Amino acid sequence: MAPKLSLRDAVVRRRGTEVLRVESLDVHEGEVLGVIGPNGAGKTTLLQVMSLLERPAQGEVLYDGIRVRGRELSLRRRMALMMQDPLLLRRSVAENVAIGMRMRGVPPSERKARIDRWLARFDVAHLAQRSARKISGGEAHRVSLARAFALEPELLLLDEPFAALDQPTRETLLDELAGALGETGLTTVFVTHDRSEALRLGERVAVIVDGRIRQIGATAEVFATPADEDVASLVGAETIVAGKRVASADGIASVRVGEHVINGLARDGLPEDVLVVLRPEDVTLMKPDEHRPESSARNHLHGTITRVTLLGYQARVSIDCGFPLFALITKQSLEEMGLAAGQEIAATFKAHAVHLIARGPNEGGPAPGDVCD
Amino acid sequence: MDLIWDGLREAAHILRTGDNSIWAITLRSLLVSGSAVLISLVLGILGGAFLAFKDFRGRNIVLSLVNTGMGLPPVVVGLMVAIVLWRSGPLGHFRLIYTPAAMVIAQTVIAAPIVTGFTAAALRHLDPRLRTQLYALGASRPQMLWIVLWETKLPLMAAVMAGFGGAISEVGASMMVGGNLTGETRVLTTAVMLEVSRGDFALAMALSIILLVLIFAVNAVLTGVQQQEKM
Repeated sequence: MAPKLSLRDAVVRRRGTEVLRVESLDVHEGEVLGVIGPNGAGKTTLLQVMSLLERPAQGEVLYDGIRVRGRELSLRRRMALMMQDPLLLRRSVAENVAIGMRMRGVPPSERKARIDRWLARFDVAHLAQRSARKISGGEAHRVSLARAFALEPELLLLDEPFAALDQPTRETLLDELAGALGETGLTTVFVTHDRSEALRLGERVAVIVDGRIRQIGATAEVFATPADEDVASLVGAETIVAGKRVASADGIASVRVGEHVINGLARDGLPEDVLVVLRPEDVTLMKPDEHRPESSARNHLHGTITRVTLLGYQARVSIDCGFPLFALITKQSLEEMGLAAGQEIAATFKAHAVHLIARGPNEGGPAPGDVCD
Repeated sequence: MDLIWDGLREAAHILRTGDNSIWAITLRSLLVSGSAVLISLVLGILGGAFLAFKDFRGRNIVLSLVNTGMGLPPVVVGLMVAIVLWRSGPLGHFRLIYTPAAMVIAQTVIAAPIVTGFTAAALRHLDPRLRTQLYALGASRPQMLWIVLWETKLPLMAAVMAGFGGAISEVGASMMVGGNLTGETRVLTTAVMLEVSRGDFALAMALSIILLVLIFAVNAVLTGVQQQEKM
């Protein structure tokens, strides 16, 4: 079966500058594809092309395997796009949900049924007759979700839909969105700069940097094995450091990083110059004076804590081991161990947790000796 | 002071007794200015939407011209329209000079830039992403335009008020292209001028009161709708 939507060699230029180039991208029927990237990476432009609101200067867009010739209205009416701001009209909540259906020619009785269903599904049925200008930000996003789902589109495109909301509201709405997507099985593209949202919703994820898709694959795979430094950084691997592979044996590659040798999983074709990539949650901290328990972890480093940052119930610990190393621990562990900046600390992590990436000519990564913040 | 009181008393008497010719003049004023405002609305909304949404070279110059047009002296408009409609003028063969149609044309030239300027300003104040969102919801271009106009109906009502006010209260152009002919092209403003020149202040006052009441009534209705919409 042909993918629901495909892009082939699609190029978008703005004032002569290329802002997006997608060689190949397929959105398959029924999947939830996350697209993550930093601000200005081209995520919204990508979504504009996918939603047929912008025609690429080059290349083609295929819908159900058939080439799209322009901004075809009939195809646009088979999709729904939810933007970052709800942009509700100066009408009642119910009328806001109805407007897209009315434009698409949904009969009144069917409209009414869908309005009731989706306002109730997103818990805003009681606001149906209220002016959309007199509801809260979180409620407006719920109405916007109801408006998109009520269209019963074949393809749902979400452009950082909750970016403007506070954390608790965002968490709740993400859960509700995940639930609704699960119930409907809608083919969805979800653009975000928040990797946790991509992890939560996306079965597959595409990472876009500087207008190009750098990596695309199963979410778990992309997060575990980022293809390059930018992708690694976007998927939350905070420790990224340049090293030189000095040995490979028994499936383990040993990489020299300054005065340390770090062990990671070897793979075929790994060059000498590599980047060592490590996620902070994979690092375990111990007091250096503690008796080191016998452990299967292949890597043990000593360093000095340079900063401790509280992140709700977690804490990010920055360590100078001759290169910047980051660990994510619980607030409880932080308090029990009494960790603070300036203390000596030992860090351990498994070879499995170390992802080694071939280092390109322009990819330095922080050199050993850089001081972490 | 006597002149004012006597004038007001006499005006009240004229309004009470209801001279048919006065009501004919009033009706003609409403028809001429109403038609001019309706035509201006069509031209002004389309022109304003084009100026607001279309990015083209020289847009700022056109906007400046429209803004200048919002303050066009009626006498100058009258002169231009008279030259065009004059029997030997480019459109002279239509024989429109000294007809209500000529007055509608002149008042349209006065009101259309006002409606265009207000419309362009109102639409340019809208969040540009709203148009994208509407297209994404499945709007065709006319549907998008209708919805954004509906969304800006409060400032658009101000455009109608300003356009109607500008059209019905001008005198120079109507006098020049209409000729103030009894029973044909005499409207409230030209009638007031005539009666003042004749020294009949009472009748001039009565006509002025009608003119003010008309303008007030139209504005009161539109303001009422505006306020209701705001709630």
